[in-house]
Amino acid sequence: MANTRKNAESGTRETRLGSITGYNGTLKELHAKAGCGSLADKGRCFSQASLCNAACALSQLSYITDAAIVHHAPSGCAVTAMQVSNNKDQLASKLGLDNSRSAYVCTDMNDSDIVFGATDNLKEVVRETYRRYKPSAIFIGASCVSGIIGEDLESTARELEDEIPIPVAPVYCEGFKTKIWASGFDAAYHAILTRIVKPPEKKSNTVNVINFFGSARKQITAIFAEFGVVPLFLISNTSIEQLSRLSESLATVSTCGTLGTYLGNGLQEQYGVPYVKSLQPHGIAGFESWLRGLGQALGKEADVDSFLERERAVHLPKIEALKKKLTGLRAVIGMGPGFNFNTSRAIQELGIEIVHSAAWHFDKQYDDGKTPDAFAYQVEHSPTNYNLSVNDLQNHELINILHRVKPDIFFSRHTGSTVWAMKLGIPAICVFDEYAIFGYRGLLNFGAWIHDVVTNRSYMENLSKRVKLPYTDWWFKQGHNHFYEGERAE
Amino acid sequence: MTRIIDQPRYVCALGAMQTVQGIHRGVPVLHAGPGCAAKLAGGIAGSNGDSGYISPQIYPCSNVSETEIVFGGEDNLRQTIENALKVIDGDLFVVLSGCTTEIVGDDIAKVSSEFAGSEKPVIFVETAGFKGTNLEGHEWVIDAIIEQYLVKKGQKQKVKGLVNIWGPVPSYDPFWVGNIRELEALVAELGLTPNTIFGEYRGMENIDMVPAAEFNLLVSPWVGLKNVRLLEEQFATPYLHYPTLPIGAVETGRFLRAVGEFAGVDSARINSVVERHEKEYYYHIERTSDVFLENRTMSRRFSTVTNAADALAITSFLVNDFGLVPDRQYITDATPEEHRERVANLFKQYQYGIEAEVMFSTDGYEIHNDIRTNDYFGPPLIIGSIFEKKLAEELNGNFLAVSAPVKERLILSSSYVGYHGGLELLEDIYTYVLKQFN
Repeated sequence: MANTRKNAESGTRETRLGSITGYNGTLKELHAKAGCGSLADKGRCFSQASLCNAACALSQLSYITDAAIVHHAPSGCAVTAMQVSNNKDQLASKLGLDNSRSAYVCTDMNDSDIVFGATDNLKEVVRETYRRYKPSAIFIGASCVSGIIGEDLESTARELEDEIPIPVAPVYCEGFKTKIWASGFDAAYHAILTRIVKPPEKKSNTVNVINFFGSARKQITAIFAEFGVVPLFLISNTSIEQLSRLSESLATVSTCGTLGTYLGNGLQEQYGVPYVKSLQPHGIAGFESWLRGLGQALGKEADVDSFLERERAVHLPKIEALKKKLTGLRAVIGMGPGFNFNTSRAIQELGIEIVHSAAWHFDKQYDDGKTPDAFAYQVEHSPTNYNLSVNDLQNHELINILHRVKPDIFFSRHTGSTVWAMKLGIPAICVFDEYAIFGYRGLLNFGAWIHDVVTNRSYMENLSKRVKLPYTDWWFKQGHNHFYEGERAE
Repeated sequence: MTRIIDQPRYVCALGAMQTVQGIHRGVPVLHAGPGCAAKLAGGIAGSNGDSGYISPQIYPCSNVSETEIVFGGEDNLRQTIENALKVIDGDLFVVLSGCTTEIVGDDIAKVSSEFAGSEKPVIFVETAGFKGTNLEGHEWVIDAIIEQYLVKKGQKQKVKGLVNIWGPVPSYDPFWVGNIRELEALVAELGLTPNTIFGEYRGMENIDMVPAAEFNLLVSPWVGLKNVRLLEEQFATPYLHYPTLPIGAVETGRFLRAVGEFAGVDSARINSVVERHEKEYYYHIERTSDVFLENRTMSRRFSTVTNAADALAITSFLVNDFGLVPDRQYITDATPEEHRERVANLFKQYQYGIEAEVMFSTDGYEIHNDIRTNDYFGPPLIIGSIFEKKLAEELNGNFLAVSAPVKERLILSSSYVGYHGGLELLEDIYTYVLKQFN
């Protein structure tokens, strides 16, 4: 990682971290293979549409309240502007923030641009965007087309920085470059680290919290106040000025290891801001590890311990009571690796058995070169060595698994991934909110939610009785890894 | 001139994947990057959801990577189609190309044609994003179905009274299902048999019947015109182009008369349908007129900021039915140049010589500034997408989102088409108006 920050690009997870999108085996085999260096990615000779890094990179950046995105792309790529259009307004208005200087525009590349290039129009659009919105920074988002025709975003951005008095930063998120959309987080954070963050002038009492949308803002602010620090939730609803001072914070924590690795480790390496390596704050062990890690970074271990002790007394008896109702349920989980391993642990804390886990991709290491804590914890502590596949959001594989395993419940985390279990007659929960299982109280709420969903099965049964799955009978007779290169149905 | 899309309200040609998905058991097979499908669906379908029989995560996709960019992706596409036919239980497989594969020169026509002998039809459409909009892509998909599927099946015996209805664009029109069903219902009331290919319980059976129709009815200002012309050329089927999606009593009455006369329906029958509906419609208008007429905050003048179809339909309703006066109407769907003059003229045919000026623009910033400088002589009513919400608030006006991106409302089966649709549109406009002080 130390090298990539000097480069124009963060590089993909495949090349930088050796991350993979295809694997079939068990939790412990995956760990053994990753450890001995024999973990090879599996290609597929059949695939379904997944997601691209540009969606992750540019939607992250578009939630900054005073930055503009210029997407150097054909019109369709800028569809992200439609997706974030009111979400960012809703979030900003809840906090009373003015985001009128944020924008997301597109250079509308057409067929003549493919032949003649479109750098001149890109420059005009950047100038016009600055004139319109006076943003504090402009991010130029790359696209497949700009990448293939070889548009030089780096020198264009440098040239424009001579004209307009704000950072103009390219974001290298060409969709074809990586199968791992999380590479887009790295591309966005690379632009922030290299073009926005400044060296510290003083230390603040701020703790950076790398997360998505900050739904637990109130709770975390109250908890952190116990330790005398203030959270800064990144990067939605922040300003460029706030981001420029990330180097002054006391520490960085993250609610998703996949999301946080590049920025958290980058701030530590470059500016000595400690990145708390811990479990993420899902459930009991995660909450304790996360806060103790923070306590250690702040030198407030005793304060953290006494806080946790008080909280345990309130919540743990209730969690124990709920656990009795849930023990014995069998679950399948399908999520990105960060949330997957943290959610798996929290589910097991409720007495639920994991019968298959599908991770959208797998990082054998983060940018510090170490195995992700949440994965290592599962390998060491999971009561069973469950089946695990790395799935790249391949619905046909997931449905095949669910059909065969027939769990009591399916946990998902990705747009459009939940209903398919319901159609099979399996109750499902989409754990969209990153704080749905936050701490003791979150685990209690989550357990109650699980209990509700497996108890009242009406929606699922009404739907599943009346629909047909879009797969052939042939497919259900194959192994889920049928299309993996070098493997055939077991 | 700077080419800029600010506040995008349409997507690229590959967005026509939604047209394929709109056909029950139709399967888009994408030869494109890994993110195209999920992103486009997220924007077009937006808060209305997209989990039908299939959805973007079901679409077979070659998920183009650097390997295909360097070495070409035809082998990958071939494998993708071959395995899609084994795995996915569909009736029509439509191969759609994206930017990457068209730039590197993959021959998707050649690869698709290798599957000509398959049990299920495999057709293809070049939908590179840089080539056009999702509305043009929608037309290309329908043309491909006609040319590569229907023409091969040959001419059919015409069925008396059978009418194909075209117009609403699946998913991009958030009311598409309701609008199509309402158009069907209106046509059926005239004693005709409607045939549409999109939505639930329609599919290949309906596509197969397209050449058997006595005429094609296109209800849209420009989208679909080339399709009905192609159908005329291929199957000698005449078409009626009725440009305005009918909302409310005046336009729906005209619509029923135009369709009825074109089909040779007895005028007494048409009149009885119109009269029955008007009785009910004006019963509601009468009993709610106090609300409509005695309001401090309702606008008198309005602008639409939307695609040509919605702009024309809503303007016609608000002017001819509801007595409002139009200010400038902004058409944001990148209407092709060849249609613009004709579309603009459609806004000049209102009663009492009322005309609406039309501006075609894909630049929301420019549109909003233009609206800010217009004088509406009171609070404006702005009907468009979610992008107009803050603008309407800023201008102390009234607001309704009806077209992509809609957001902040859920549309299942509802429709603004027809008599009930007109009342529903009034309900929605006044739901906003009544939140203001009266």
